[in-house]
Amino acid sequence: MPSAVTTMLDEPWRLSPDVALRPEPFGALAYDFGTRRLTFIKRPELVTVVRGLAAGPDVRGALKGAQVPESQWPVFVQALESLAAAGTIQRRSSVTTS
Amino acid sequence: MTATDRLGRNALSVRPIGGSLIDQFELGLNAPICLTWELTYACNLACVHCLSSSGRRDPRELSTAQCEAVIDEFQAMQVFYINIGGGEPTVRPDFWHLLEYAIDHQVGVKFSTNGVRVTPERARFLAATNYVDVQVSIDGATAEVNDRVRGHGSYDMAIRALENLSDAGFMDAKISVVVTRENVGQLDLFKALADRHGATLRLTRLRPSGRGAEVWDDLHVTATQQRELYDWLLKAGDNVLTGDSFFHLAAYGEPLPGLNLCGAGRVVCLIDPIGDVYACPFAIHEEFLAGNVLAPGGFDNVWKNSELFADLRSPQTSGACTKCQFFDSCRGGCMAAKFFTGLPLDGPDPECVLGNSEQALMEIGRTIPPASQDHSRLDPRRGAEPVLVQIGALSPGRPPAHACSESPLADFHASAL
Repeated sequence: MPSAVTTMLDEPWRLSPDVALRPEPFGALAYDFGTRRLTFIKRPELVTVVRGLAAGPDVRGALKGAQVPESQWPVFVQALESLAAAGTIQRRSSVTTS
Repeated sequence: MTATDRLGRNALSVRPIGGSLIDQFELGLNAPICLTWELTYACNLACVHCLSSSGRRDPRELSTAQCEAVIDEFQAMQVFYINIGGGEPTVRPDFWHLLEYAIDHQVGVKFSTNGVRVTPERARFLAATNYVDVQVSIDGATAEVNDRVRGHGSYDMAIRALENLSDAGFMDAKISVVVTRENVGQLDLFKALADRHGATLRLTRLRPSGRGAEVWDDLHVTATQQRELYDWLLKAGDNVLTGDSFFHLAAYGEPLPGLNLCGAGRVVCLIDPIGDVYACPFAIHEEFLAGNVLAPGGFDNVWKNSELFADLRSPQTSGACTKCQFFDSCRGGCMAAKFFTGLPLDGPDPECVLGNSEQALMEIGRTIPPASQDHSRLDPRRGAEPVLVQIGALSPGRPPAHACSESPLADFHASAL
């Protein structure tokens, strides 16, 4: 497992405050009111993970909460990293839930 | 069972899991991504190619309260932003109120204007407001080219609006240009104009919709110009917006940036000033009328349950186009362009870059569908907004189809410039 994966797994993340999620048949549409950018989340399980980020202590907790099999975590972390790059999700400053 | 509906589409569709976004978009979304709302048919101008045949206010225009209710629905459906147009939306006395109302309800607004009400004071208000985008329409990089299509004085009015916006510190206004045979040679000038005002250039396709039907033969780009436009757009890439309106050019080879798909009724729709919901801004015709926002269930019900939209979201039969090697990127082109030129919806786009519609456009029997609404001013007041030059009158003896399909320059008169 690459180190980036393990790092993110133990970090606290959340949906960015400027971003709203709209449920869609394929997953969800994320709209950033700040950048006016649309991002598409193409898997319903990933939407569950993203929605669960803020409630848990770390990404690992959100993946467990969404019942994502551990074998798929690297793929999900990769997807989360691209959402992070788009500004859809962001790292929380502390481990406390927001 | 493969029942097909009146648009020639299969009635059954099963949504795949995963797959490309285009495959998903074709089957529709819970709410539109790109919703255009024309607030009024009233307009101070009388552009020859107006796709909504605007001019006179419709007495049935939605009231302020009805507009607010529609915005409430957008908020509930999470329509995150809307494009407001017209007519000239800013001539509605409640325009600025509705703008603020939308923003206060988490509905961002981009509005299109000819600039008539963008005074220095309004420009300062806009600069101080978040989630608002302004798009100023200009159809020539010089007054000479612009005013022939949009009317005398309209170029100066638009430039004044852009200056007011940049003076007020409004960032990144849009300059929206409908590409025509007469202005396609000015693309670099348009880009320079945009750069000069700190604005972004947006180019869209001339559609034969509304009054555009009358001038399309004379103003749509020639085959040679179309190729130059494609090359220019490829080079410009993401620096120029296109409203994804040139996806039919993808058949030249490389797809252009953006969504290469007809979004009508799937990710796109139009609400007109009286609340009628149409499949797309270029299809204001009863054939593409899905319902009205004032009916029980409102806009939400129209979007989710209208028969027309269900048809549009079903897999379509695209006739001969399916065999084309570029079908995946062009998908048969623009439904409205086909409809308003009297071409079958399951055939090639009238501006098919491979020339596959030339034969059909030459057909004697081709009939242009009559308009189902027209708000053009019947007697433009003297000096109010006459169009300086008559474009579009068919000369006697000229064949009904396009001479330019044979020779790109056949229709090109020096006097046109």
